[in-house]
Amino acid sequence: MTPHQAVFSPQGADSTQAITKLVVMAVGGQGGGVLTNWIETVARDAGRAVQATSVAGVAQRTGATIYYVEIGPEGVKAPIFSLAPAAGDVDILIAAELMEAGRAIQRGFVTPDRTVLIASEHRALAVSEKMVPGNGIASGEEVLAAASVAARQYYGADMERLAVAQGSVISASLLGALAGSGALPFAREAFETAIRESGKGVDASLAAFGEGFDAVSTPPRAAQPAQPTKALGAITGPKAEQVAWNRLVARVSGLPAPVRDMTSAGLEKVVAFQNTAYGADYMDRIEGIASRDRADQGFALTLEAAKYIANAMAYDDVIRVADRKTRAARLPRIEGEMARKADQILQITEFLHPRAEEIASLLPARLGARVEASPKWMARLDRWFNRGRRLRSDTLGGFLQLYLVAGLRGYRPKTRRHEVERAHLEAWLTQVTRYSEVNYDLAVEVLRCRRLIKGYSDTHARGLSKFDKVMEGIGLVAGRKDAADWARRLREAALQDEGGDALDGALATVRSFV
Amino acid sequence: MAERSFKREVQDLRLGAGDTFTGEGILAITKALLESGVGYVGGYQGAPISHLMDVLADAEDLLGELGVRYEANASEAAAAAMLAASVHYPIRGAVTFKGPVGVNVASDALANLASSGVTGGALVIVGEDYGEGSSIMQERSHAFAMKSQFWLMDPRPNLPSIVRAVKQGFDLSEASNTPVMLMVRIRSCHVTGSFECADNVSPPLSVRDALAEPRRDFARVVLPPMSYAHEHDKVENRWPAAEQFIMDNGLNETFGPEDAPVGIVVQGGMFNGVIRALQRLGLADIEGHSAIPIYVLNVTYPLVQDEFLTFSKDKKALLVVEEGQPEFIEQGLATVLNRARSPVRLHGKDVFPMAGEYTGQVMLESVTQFLRNAAPQLLPGHARAPNAPPPEIPDLSKTVPIRPPGFCTGCPERPIFAAMKLVEGELGKHQISGDIGCHLFASLPPFEIGGSTMGYGLGPASNAAFDGGGKKRAVSFIGDGGFWHNGLSSSFGNMVFNRSDSVAIVVDNYYSAATGGQDVLSSRSNNPSKATGHPISKALEGIGVEWVRQIDHTYDVAKMRDTIREALTTDYDGPKVIVASSECMLNRQRREKPQRAAAIADGRRVEAPRFGVDEDICTGDHACIRLSGCPSLSLKTLDDPLRDDPVASIDQTCVGCGNCGEVADAAVLCPSFYRADIVHNPSRWEARKDRWRRRVIGWLQARRARSHLQFGGGV
Repeated sequence: MTPHQAVFSPQGADSTQAITKLVVMAVGGQGGGVLTNWIETVARDAGRAVQATSVAGVAQRTGATIYYVEIGPEGVKAPIFSLAPAAGDVDILIAAELMEAGRAIQRGFVTPDRTVLIASEHRALAVSEKMVPGNGIASGEEVLAAASVAARQYYGADMERLAVAQGSVISASLLGALAGSGALPFAREAFETAIRESGKGVDASLAAFGEGFDAVSTPPRAAQPAQPTKALGAITGPKAEQVAWNRLVARVSGLPAPVRDMTSAGLEKVVAFQNTAYGADYMDRIEGIASRDRADQGFALTLEAAKYIANAMAYDDVIRVADRKTRAARLPRIEGEMARKADQILQITEFLHPRAEEIASLLPARLGARVEASPKWMARLDRWFNRGRRLRSDTLGGFLQLYLVAGLRGYRPKTRRHEVERAHLEAWLTQVTRYSEVNYDLAVEVLRCRRLIKGYSDTHARGLSKFDKVMEGIGLVAGRKDAADWARRLREAALQDEGGDALDGALATVRSFV
Repeated sequence: MAERSFKREVQDLRLGAGDTFTGEGILAITKALLESGVGYVGGYQGAPISHLMDVLADAEDLLGELGVRYEANASEAAAAAMLAASVHYPIRGAVTFKGPVGVNVASDALANLASSGVTGGALVIVGEDYGEGSSIMQERSHAFAMKSQFWLMDPRPNLPSIVRAVKQGFDLSEASNTPVMLMVRIRSCHVTGSFECADNVSPPLSVRDALAEPRRDFARVVLPPMSYAHEHDKVENRWPAAEQFIMDNGLNETFGPEDAPVGIVVQGGMFNGVIRALQRLGLADIEGHSAIPIYVLNVTYPLVQDEFLTFSKDKKALLVVEEGQPEFIEQGLATVLNRARSPVRLHGKDVFPMAGEYTGQVMLESVTQFLRNAAPQLLPGHARAPNAPPPEIPDLSKTVPIRPPGFCTGCPERPIFAAMKLVEGELGKHQISGDIGCHLFASLPPFEIGGSTMGYGLGPASNAAFDGGGKKRAVSFIGDGGFWHNGLSSSFGNMVFNRSDSVAIVVDNYYSAATGGQDVLSSRSNNPSKATGHPISKALEGIGVEWVRQIDHTYDVAKMRDTIREALTTDYDGPKVIVASSECMLNRQRREKPQRAAAIADGRRVEAPRFGVDEDICTGDHACIRLSGCPSLSLKTLDDPLRDDPVASIDQTCVGCGNCGEVADAAVLCPSFYRADIVHNPSRWEARKDRWRRRVIGWLQARRARSHLQFGGGV
């Protein structure tokens, strides 16, 4: 064996306090490796001993990744570095995404005695958050709250947005934030030199670096700009409709204060869907409910009614889709998103797939009902229409097809779809009324169940069947004191997974005790 | 072309004596091979040593100049078999693959090689895929060295030590006529650092020269009676020779004082972890000088009895730091102590966890516990009696979502599994098995397709029990990498021979994609030194598969779905194979992006597609996401009090692969998706036509706007 004779006597304290331990936690594909290389270069150019390690492999395919850097103090030539970070022993933690910051805290890499946490506050949603039929997005507030407790110092900003705005990637803005935080004893120029030495996309990287630097080094952090209040553009259209609209708006101000905003939004949606006469129908319903509502409950019933009746009345039919796709405001919006420049052309392809169901629902109500009841006719319609259609809506031919369908708006109240939707609405509201007389909270929950109905074709059908199941379940518990709780539970279960397994489980529970 | 290019870094491989090399572990290993006069190199890619294969491929010019043969072997077994060249010829050879799975595959050849023994140094560089970042079952390659009697090196994780180990490994191999396995852990492969170079050395005898003077020695063949003789030779000659060499050349190291009541025995690769724990306890200084004696096993097999007994002399207790299980080293050392009737108490897995990685936390806690029992006087006060518990940090375990790896943006495999999910929606759940490779991500949400993986190239073979068919047919997936690695014979040959009534789907993305985009036989690229362009479907036909469907555009979800449905429902009762081919999007983007940028800069007409979602048409049901999981297809919360659920949204990273539109169509999902093609440098006629169209469309829109109320704020 080769003996290494130098001997050391115990000194009782951590001898690596002078080593800077830096962790980068990122999502695969974010350029964590590039960031690590830059940091290493900065330290090495400053004459420091430095070591970087990473965990490569399949984790880099969109999974959570981790990089680790140790930087020795001045004057120590060959420190023994660790290859992996240890909980409670990290000086700087850079998280390239908000939940990765959460993961770092969870793993104990962020501790109040020493860790400077630099986090990008943007979200790259995990598949598990995106795929639930309801809202599965994890709470960023909880992570931010934990960060404020766990970190010695916290620097956060949307580093992704800052970088993308400069045509660069997040590794550059994060390096800027690291430099700006002052957590490493190297001058700004040293970091910029490292970027220049890497020689790729240097200008954009430097710009993003600057943004990241400023975002954390200009204290106090600029408060989040207030949400711009929705610009209330001028309302245009036929004179008579405008007069009718103003009359409807006046009716909204007659409602109890807590429900006015929601009713305004609902009214606009309904009128935009059809016309002011339809809007008057909406107002009749809301006023009816409001007149029987209770101030001591904060008019909760009316509030939910204003929201969900509007959604129910402005159902997603073929005419609405065509209308939305042919509006003047759409093109500028898409051009903005795609960053079209003046000398470029934008082509738009729509993906439409009408089935017999959609065609039949467009027919006059009685005929439509007969066709829907006839398997032969449905099969025939499928043969004629059921195939994926790619429509170039930037060409005249494609646009006109959509434009003509959108033009069916005036005829809409006569369609089969309208009849079906109306019947569904009435049945649902009848239930609401019935429940409201015995159990106010339950009625509110029943209104909220409308949230389950969404999507198109099969997804829509599945939503409807979940809605029916939940309503059936509510029927079972309606007599109980805690019926509202159960209604909420059933609805939430229905939003958890696509197949409705959670809902079936919840229903089984309900059946077990009724 | 591999995902990562080392063209720049391989220039450093030309450095010579007096130069300092700075870079990654894998490059250091390559440099050390060249300095050792290696005659041939090869291997099979797989994290964490994928990049070693990439470095070798990128260094082919230099290897050629030195007279070193580079082979991208078909599998780990093929790589290990290549070391046969060192059996009869005094030529040094090195191969690399991942462990322990690669060693599993290679074990047939390795066992034969170890029995025959070698003349030239034979080095197997194994990237041990264990602990955080690993993608495989958690086992140790160590057992293979023990069962076949070849030697295992596990150097300290810094560049000078690793480089030294490569050179010593060849010497040890030659001194003991035994192949040597050099193990590097995940982080060591990518650890950065520096070392002093030596000149590169051409092999004294090249493989080319060897062919001019063939040699053979019957005594080396693994056949009785020689195989019996080999076993005796291993134990009676090669093993003692190895121990002697290890001692004479100081391959193992000791640190710290000679006299102390306790000591630590550590695998070389775990050295820095132990030192860090001692540093944190104030028992080692920043440069690693230790107050506690440490015996570093840079060679973890065989154990050198005399050396160990010398180290353990006059100590009360020893701690063995050995990651993973079973604890082969601890057991071996315990036997040594026992036979020597030593009173030294041996600790190891009694304070360390039997399973799992030795993280910084584990190391600190276990070393502390050992010292608290064996030598509490050495511990600083705070470790003997810890201070107040650290402050309470909110528990985020319910908040932070798991983030397993998945298909990249635009991945051509996504539509295959979307189609499979649609077919299962129609025909019900099927028995589905997977193989190794990116396609295995389909077993995770949102697809949740496939419930097993039995090894590389073994996907269809793992469905063999179901080959006889039944009410529903079994389905298996295999990648193009797995197909050429082992699948053609073990899976497809098996299907043909046994008249399998199952369905196999070959996911052909033009590369060994999961390991970093290396070329395989069926790759479409023009590889200057390898033969590509051999279609998988032709190979299948060649071995007698009659029902083969070739799909050249996996993004056509409807066609994909119909083909899978056909395979599952056809009357044909023999093996049914679908070859679904589209290029790995990571590699395609890497190839096409610069070309596209150049074309745009040149003023040529280029269409750049990207997808979008009409947020007022999307209802927030997320059905599209359940058939995609694409990173660029995410959610967005609208500023609309009427909406409860976030809507789908596509960000600027979308590459316009088409899956969203195809799925929306094939699954009849919803009409909110659109594809926007930005046309760069349109012709003048095209631009004029576009202006004219816009005017007419604008007029139509204004006309309609006059007939209904328009709300300025809305869309």
